[in-house]
Amino acid sequence: MATKYLIFLGCAIPYRVSAYEISARKVLQKLGVELVEMPEFNCCGLPLDPVSHEMMLILAARNLALAEQKGLNILTLCPGCAGTLKKVSKMLKEDKVLREEINHHLKESGLEFKGTTEAKHLMQVLIEDVGIEKIKDSIVKPLTMLKVAEHNGCHILRPKEFIGFDDPEDPKTLKTLIEATGAKCLDYIDETECCGAPSVGVSDKVALQLARDKLNHIKMVDAQALITICPFCHIMYDTNELRIERMFNETYGIPVLHYPQLLGLAMGMSPEELAFSELRVDTSKIIKQVMEGAS
Amino acid sequence: MTEKTKDPIKSSEMDPKFKYEISKMHGGEKLLRCFQCGTCTSDCPVARFSETYRPRQIIRMAQLGLKERLLKSDTLWLCASCFTCTDRCPQGVEVASVIRVLRNLAAEKGIVPQVFKDQASSILESGYAYRIPELRVKKRESLGLPPLPKSNPESIRKSLARVKFLKVIEKQGE
Repeated sequence: MATKYLIFLGCAIPYRVSAYEISARKVLQKLGVELVEMPEFNCCGLPLDPVSHEMMLILAARNLALAEQKGLNILTLCPGCAGTLKKVSKMLKEDKVLREEINHHLKESGLEFKGTTEAKHLMQVLIEDVGIEKIKDSIVKPLTMLKVAEHNGCHILRPKEFIGFDDPEDPKTLKTLIEATGAKCLDYIDETECCGAPSVGVSDKVALQLARDKLNHIKMVDAQALITICPFCHIMYDTNELRIERMFNETYGIPVLHYPQLLGLAMGMSPEELAFSELRVDTSKIIKQVMEGAS
Repeated sequence: MTEKTKDPIKSSEMDPKFKYEISKMHGGEKLLRCFQCGTCTSDCPVARFSETYRPRQIIRMAQLGLKERLLKSDTLWLCASCFTCTDRCPQGVEVASVIRVLRNLAAEKGIVPQVFKDQASSILESGYAYRIPELRVKKRESLGLPPLPKSNPESIRKSLARVKFLKVIEKQGE
């Protein structure tokens, strides 16, 4: 069982979502997952797929080829990166003509895609490699006082044909991982809908309406926090929550935690260690509840 | 879609070969299977909040060969690529990928929203899609994080040397 991975940070996390990285590294270390830094990095390619599928394929294949040189599988924190690397790996393995075409581009920089490594998202590593029992064993402070909602990132679920992880219509992994901390994970309307992040920059108004719709549904079930596993979804709900409140005259006050922050709390780590101070929406209420252990 | 869509369609606007052009591209292969059931539009989260973005309409226009109207349309860029349409299409049409093919064709003609040009140039310069401020890079140390992995812009540029899209934006920058 592989517990040593190349960590692929992607672009959004080092740019503005460091709390996710900090908390993920802490919990993975506690669970015995060893992380090796990428020897060299470039964007996974996803942001440029809309304008050049060819460019996306080359950028993704470069990262896969670099990982192959290290002989390690990739762990990503971003579902966009995971989905892209998975999809491209599958496409290149199955389509010889395409593989040769892409390798022809890579050859210019001395790289070659062979198809010997695999890319996995954090959730997948936790559920498949670490295992739910080991996660449960690591819990010292069960979060039974919390009722939360989850939001999966689209690209770790869809298109199903290429990703093949969990059920996109009824995803269970994140819920299982949340419930392992002792917290209750609530169901709500349209749970699997997109947060809107990819439309930011093209139409902020449409994008923010998607996030607002989700926040409305989450508010309806009285969730004390929203748990995400994607840097972009997190930006939509946390960084933009106040903006959405102002724009549409709403009040949410729903804290948005990265899953490893929730897990870290249950492992007995402090909010400071887990970089709660980096979050935009006030988390003091739920931290107080966790610290007092009151339900 | 755009205002122009309300204009009656003239047969001279229709390019009968366009659908075959799309069908030859990755993700566009199953375009001809669409029978216009509308599952894509009714399940699309963007269509819910946009008055103009309708994936079913885009697919029909592609089948009809309304190339110019499609490639010039602003709404083409609204898709959030959540792939709900692709997963739910009863005919197996990769709806989101057909839209991506159309966007790629528009980009080859130089029709590209600014956000994508910025990301492309940032990747060529730094490997990262965003220009990460030096302060952020330095702050990693005080946060207890390892140094940010270095990229190799020269190697990236070599791998991308023959990418058509980059030639288009280079030309625009001149």
